[in-house]
Amino acid sequence: MKTMSETISQQSFDVDAVRCDFPILGKSLPSGKPVVYLDNAASAQKPWQVLTKEAEVYQNYYANAYRGVYEYGARVDEELDGSNQQEGSRIKIQKFIGASSPQEVIFTSGTTMSINLVANAWGRKFLQPGDEIVLNEMEHHANLVPWQQVAAEKGASLKFIPLTVDGRLDLDRIDLVLTDKTKLVAVTGMSNVLGTINPIAEVVFKAKACGAIVLVDGAQSVPHRPVDVLDPPIDFLAFSGHKLFGPTGIGVLYGRSELLDAMDAFLGGGHMIERVYRDHSTWAEVPAKFEAGTIPIVQGIALGAAVDYVNSIGFNAIQAYEHHLLEFATQRLSEVPGLTIYGPSSEHKGSIISFTVKGAHPEDLAQLLNLRGVFVRHGHHCTMPLHDLLGVTASVRASFAFYNTEAEVDALVDAIFFARQKLRLD
Amino acid sequence: MTIDELVEEFDVLCDWDERCDYLIDLGFELPEFPSEAKIAQNQVYGCQSNVWMICEIQPIDPPVIKIFAESDAIIVNGLIALLMTIFSGKTPQDILATNVEGIFARLGLDRHLSAARRNGLFGMVNKIRNYAKHAA
Repeated sequence: MKTMSETISQQSFDVDAVRCDFPILGKSLPSGKPVVYLDNAASAQKPWQVLTKEAEVYQNYYANAYRGVYEYGARVDEELDGSNQQEGSRIKIQKFIGASSPQEVIFTSGTTMSINLVANAWGRKFLQPGDEIVLNEMEHHANLVPWQQVAAEKGASLKFIPLTVDGRLDLDRIDLVLTDKTKLVAVTGMSNVLGTINPIAEVVFKAKACGAIVLVDGAQSVPHRPVDVLDPPIDFLAFSGHKLFGPTGIGVLYGRSELLDAMDAFLGGGHMIERVYRDHSTWAEVPAKFEAGTIPIVQGIALGAAVDYVNSIGFNAIQAYEHHLLEFATQRLSEVPGLTIYGPSSEHKGSIISFTVKGAHPEDLAQLLNLRGVFVRHGHHCTMPLHDLLGVTASVRASFAFYNTEAEVDALVDAIFFARQKLRLD
Repeated sequence: MTIDELVEEFDVLCDWDERCDYLIDLGFELPEFPSEAKIAQNQVYGCQSNVWMICEIQPIDPPVIKIFAESDAIIVNGLIALLMTIFSGKTPQDILATNVEGIFARLGLDRHLSAARRNGLFGMVNKIRNYAKHAA
């Protein structure tokens, strides 16, 4: 039998039907106002397919992974890594991102841990004094601070690809920073503030010409666009489960196998070893080498269910619908006096709109929008250098998922007018 | 206004909507902070909005602490107005003896006074308490 979502993907995208998959949508505040959840870039809501999968594991066959020969232990291992009868979570993720082998899929706690893993396990081993790491100012702190740390330790330096005025990578000036000293380019697939979709293929082409490897922070891009780690060929991809409609506490690092094999282990502990002696140890093969301790087992299994869910809707439908919603929201928000949207035009963007309203502090706006049931994020969104560049200390961010609606965009705009009135801007 | 009057005032406000309106009113009424004093040394670091604050000891008998502060966010200015009602013009000993967490709980605003919220309010309270400690 087909699930509701599988049926939808074969017909036209039906947002009302999709919303039925998410038990939290349609809930109201104590005041009776319906909740409009527009903080999907921070964390996305979960469909019942994911919630049910988590409950299924806990209620029916929960045990630690990779430890027990007994029935439950074996079942958990199969759910994670597959068996003759079923495709495990790791294999679902491998196919989802186009990796060559499931061994290239490492379970982590999230994007931040994935990037820190590379900065430590690759960076501390391979970076030399004088080497350069190329970043840009739209990166999330998670794709900036770990590189600052490892660069300081290894005597490497950071370079920044200039941005265009509208917040895109300035490819005309990329050659100014990419040189034969460049060892790694770390770039976001999609800005968590501007929504900018970065031209990864061009970046990879330029980086490879310099002999540098490329890490893509896919935290924002992976939930919204198809990714293929072999086309263009990237070396590392980091993303989080919780933004992909999956559980919290689970994330993924994809790494090209030759690199993963060459890297040192990062965290030491159980499962990641081959043999432990009194004074030294040898490492297990990947992915175990990078999965010290008990991984988030149930979350890892349910992430497979999230991938199935997203596949069942399909990125064609997701991209088309979200782009329509982004254009609608951009047009509606432009009706608000004094509102400035940051970032490029919608053709270069995913479904994120960050803005300020003249005379209204983002913190006031977010609090007043909350009174109308509209949940948005305010602040620097972990991108202080980007906000320095924009010349504001904070902004308001509305980020959309495929379950958001035009009516919710209208509610956002109405709530901003309400806030303007409260703040005596009218 | 005394703290009891403040609590009474809040008691008639039935939900966060009304409290928010009241805080906005207080925020707009907050005495202006001298712009030349909006310097880094007077800044209270919160996560989201800018807050500047000066504490001054008034050499009367007994000496009391006067507080001047302003944020660039209106609702935070409303919260600053509450802090001034609670602390400003009090002796250092009174300030140190004041259970501000308890008062904010009575006002139904305890959600807004936690280190995790990082809206600067917690930092302001710490700055006032530290000043009082040194003055006591």
